[in-house]
Amino acid sequence: MSQVAENQSPLQPSSQHDEVVSPWLDAWRKFRKNKLALFGAITVIFFIILGILSPWIAPQGINDQNMANTLQAPSSSHLLGTDDFGRDVLSRIIHGARISLWVGFLSVVGSIVMGCLLGILAGYYGRWVDTIISRLFDIMLAFPSILLAITIVAVLGPSLQNALIAIAIINVPNFGRLIRSKVLSVKQEEYIMAAKAIGMKDSRLLMKHILPNSISPIIVQGTLSIGTAIIEAAALGFLGLGAQPPQPEWGQMLAESKAYITTAPWTMIFPGLAIMLTVLGFNLMGDGLRDALDPKMKH
Amino acid sequence: MTSILQVKGLKTTFFTDEGNIPAVDDIDFHLDEGEILGIVGESGCGKSVTSLSIMGLVPNPPGKITDGSITFQEEDLTKASEKRMREIRGNEISMIFQEPMTSLNPLFTIGNQLIEAVKLHEKVSKQKALHRVIEMLKVVGLPRAEEMVNEYPHQLSGGMRQRVMIAMAFICNPKILIADEPTTALDVTIQAQILHQMKELNRKRNTAVMLITHDLGVVAEVCTRVIVMYCGQIIEQADVNTIFQSPKHPYTIGLLQSVPDIREKRSRLFSIKGNVPKPGSIQKGCRFAGRCEQAHDRCFAEDPPLYKGDGQGHQVRCFLHESIEEAHHVEDTITSP
Repeated sequence: MSQVAENQSPLQPSSQHDEVVSPWLDAWRKFRKNKLALFGAITVIFFIILGILSPWIAPQGINDQNMANTLQAPSSSHLLGTDDFGRDVLSRIIHGARISLWVGFLSVVGSIVMGCLLGILAGYYGRWVDTIISRLFDIMLAFPSILLAITIVAVLGPSLQNALIAIAIINVPNFGRLIRSKVLSVKQEEYIMAAKAIGMKDSRLLMKHILPNSISPIIVQGTLSIGTAIIEAAALGFLGLGAQPPQPEWGQMLAESKAYITTAPWTMIFPGLAIMLTVLGFNLMGDGLRDALDPKMKH
Repeated sequence: MTSILQVKGLKTTFFTDEGNIPAVDDIDFHLDEGEILGIVGESGCGKSVTSLSIMGLVPNPPGKITDGSITFQEEDLTKASEKRMREIRGNEISMIFQEPMTSLNPLFTIGNQLIEAVKLHEKVSKQKALHRVIEMLKVVGLPRAEEMVNEYPHQLSGGMRQRVMIAMAFICNPKILIADEPTTALDVTIQAQILHQMKELNRKRNTAVMLITHDLGVVAEVCTRVIVMYCGQIIEQADVNTIFQSPKHPYTIGLLQSVPDIREKRSRLFSIKGNVPKPGSIQKGCRFAGRCEQAHDRCFAEDPPLYKGDGQGHQVRCFLHESIEEAHHVEDTITSP
């Protein structure tokens, strides 16, 4: 009987029996075709590997001082030169990768978790919940973000961990507003009504239908934000509010070397370049992800 | 035959900035076990709000059931808790929507979503649920069921997706199926197949179906009884043959005349003049009076009740049919100037 139906059914799409492509796999294929995005991703992966393997690949220890060798120009023994304590700049940058990426990644994860929670509640339940949360975001966005971060660190006390918390907090409204607007459109979709009509609970509906369908702009924004978070962490470090010496955080390294900008520019150029390359990598990757995940952005 | 669903004096109002809009205004009807009841009317006449009210899914805010009762198996659904309603939805009463293209979550496979539907109401293993899903997909005429459970919605055509939705609606053996314009978005050949499928399931499983449509052809095809709605009210109710052979309300007559007849050559199609008034805009009198060619002074002054006419269950909301004799009399007086 089923054979008869198979032959007759006009519903059968002819010869469409190829593999099943999930939406995520499809996005990956689009991403792979984008050369710039791929370059960004490779840069990011390079720094991640650098960070993970830092204790083993750094030629010297981060705090190995050599007072006889201060402010040496790049040479074969110190590829990127030495700083004012005779520490190897390359080794410090390699270790710094771990700190910067860690801060960037963790703070963005923190922002996403808090932002998604608040944004979904605001978007899905609306009314007074939305009013309270949205106004809170508005208030936070009314401050210059670095000022808000400085205030938070000033309250909590300067340290790398508190800088991370501050950066996470100041980025919450960006994610919150983004996901709220997405939820507002997703909740109008018919499959949400259909899911309610089969008796699905609100909590399950939010986790299974609303969140996965609202998440793609968050992934893009998250990737782009890691770059910004790294800059913010470096800025706080530069101001002496983030990582404390002798931690080899990139912004902190910039701050330490600012006195030698004319006499030993490598102490400043290389940490700066590391920041720039990492941020550029995240930005290119983020742009590529946006093109891959947003079907409306096809060129 | 016993009624499985009794709707009495149901009023659903939308509270908006422009005022309160009674989308459904005091409607009474019942749904018998195993029958297919058609609800017809133009867009905005309250068909969909009626079905959402029964499901307890009227978007709130701005909508709310303000009066009346919906009795399902001796239980008033307007008073049921949200938890109880969740148990009923999908399990006892399920619903199919108009747009099959968007009724499935694009991020999950067909199998995943159907298994979810089973597991929401029954404690079964994933394996058993999957087995039932495949079986059900075959029942609704999807022979490739085993492969299809691993496919995503975008890989299926509209007709196939609507079959999947029907499978989802029937998988827990509901007692009532509310189909809100299930075939409107499909082309005619697929329409016929889907209707046939629903009729078949109705017959085999004795599921009562409430079919909401604006397509009179669909009504003639599958329904046993018809309710005609206009502007939030029921204006005529009768079994399907009566409606098509001797419609009484001028609106129903107009609707039937608007259906083009293939045997007749006509340069212009018939249409009822005017537009559907906005719900709530007419405060006094018959809501159809402004567009009715037979309207007289009384129509604009008084709200006609639903006359229970001939005792055969034919009800009509029109002064012309206050009683059959009187109706003729009135008709004579208005046609002669």
